[in-house]
Amino acid sequence: MTTPPPEELAIGSGDDVVRVRQLVRTAAGHAGMSLVDQTKLITAASELARNTFVYGGGGAVRVEHVVNARGRAGVRIAFSDRGPGIPDVDQALTEGWTSGGGLGLGLSGARRLVDEFELETEVGKGTTVTVTKWTR
Amino acid sequence: MSGEDGGQGRIGELLRDHRESVLDRWVALVVAGLRGRLTEGELRGELTELYGLIERAAGGDGTASGELHAALADISRSRARQGFSPSETAISVFTLKQAVYEQIENAGDPATYTAFIAFSQSVDDLGLVTFETYAAAREQVIADQAEQLLELSTPVVKLWDGILGVPLVGTLDSARTQVVMEALLEMLVDTGSEYAVIDITGVPAVDTEVAQHLLKTVMAARLMGTECVISGIRPQIAQTIVTLGIEFGDIVTKATLADALAYALDHSGVAVDAKAGA
Ligand SMILES: Nc1ncnc2c1ncn2[C@@H]1O[C@H](COP(=O)(O)OP(=O)(O)OP(=O)(O)O)[C@@H](O)[C@H]1O
Ligand SMILES: [Mg+2]
Repeated sequence: MTTPPPEELAIGSGDDVVRVRQLVRTAAGHAGMSLVDQTKLITAASELARNTFVYGGGGAVRVEHVVNARGRAGVRIAFSDRGPGIPDVDQALTEGWTSGGGLGLGLSGARRLVDEFELETEVGKGTTVTVTKWTR
Repeated sequence: MSGEDGGQGRIGELLRDHRESVLDRWVALVVAGLRGRLTEGELRGELTELYGLIERAAGGDGTASGELHAALADISRSRARQGFSPSETAISVFTLKQAVYEQIENAGDPATYTAFIAFSQSVDDLGLVTFETYAAAREQVIADQAEQLLELSTPVVKLWDGILGVPLVGTLDSARTQVVMEALLEMLVDTGSEYAVIDITGVPAVDTEVAQHLLKTVMAARLMGTECVISGIRPQIAQTIVTLGIEFGDIVTKATLADALAYALDHSGVAVDAKAGA
């Protein structure tokens, strides 16, 4: 099976969030994920892409196919921005906490929707969130 | 190019002296390229105007080139709106080269070939102008269509006396939800409906933004005395919503539109006999 090359996309508008969803849908389908897992990954991507746009002031996403040590396929998605960063990560990951007008569920929910979740952030420098979901 | 003004003047002369035959040939080539989708009469009008401007520009008339660009832009825009492809649009310009070239061949004057190269380049530039305008116009057409689709795809329908249905299909973004919410609230005022069924079978993913929009719509309807029922939550969406941590509170949700309708009918006092007709 040939793995498609990684794809990158700029996130600079609400429409780009829709494009990210489509990109992730294609990748998740290609990786052979179940409909439930596809929907979970797409939804997580939607949340993170919107955070990149709304709080990070825009940025970019990279979607790549990965294979783990046991040969299992998966999709890894990295969202990065050069925005203000997150001063208190624990607080940001608290369910219901929002600095804007949201539900405050995006970040914490996205973490639960995927298998691996990594958040790197530095105040004044920006934020990168990388998530991975493996095909069951 | 210096000296002979790139020989463009020579082409200007040729265009003027053989106006009739070059223009005829040009029109014939374009008609063939568009396979009859525009009549020869329509095309001749357009091309005659362009021809006049190109002739003036090639003859060194500086003001002609601005007018020429504007006229080309107009033509490209209308082609884009009429649904012609980019190449069908560009053909209107590029075929002029062939018409002129054939004329030069007939005349058999080798000096004119050099001039033709410069002329050919300026026609290419005009082709690019055509293409750019075409692309911009196409994008506008697509944006307009998307907007129309937005309105078309959010109908609010009367399912029953006192019960409205809002079948949502596709991506629910802020703009879309705003349209839905307005349409729904307007219909509520007009019909005084007690129930509204919002069906999300056609929504591919429900994230916090969509959920928040749904919740706001339900709250606004509630303020107007209408109870909303959300239906069509597919299994994968249900699991995702739960994992995300979204709570729909006391909002009634049903698996299918039919269930939601049955619920609303039941609560509004309409007796439905499930075995009717059996
Ligand atoms: N890329 C980012 N850059 C800076 N701050 C961020 C970023 N992503 C999240 N945050 C901060 O973390 C908070 C929590 O994010 P989360 O996605 O959970 O909630 P939200 O976006 O406010 O609401 P929603 O439930 O609609 O997603 C945000 O309010 C914001 O302050
Ligand atoms: Mg968010």
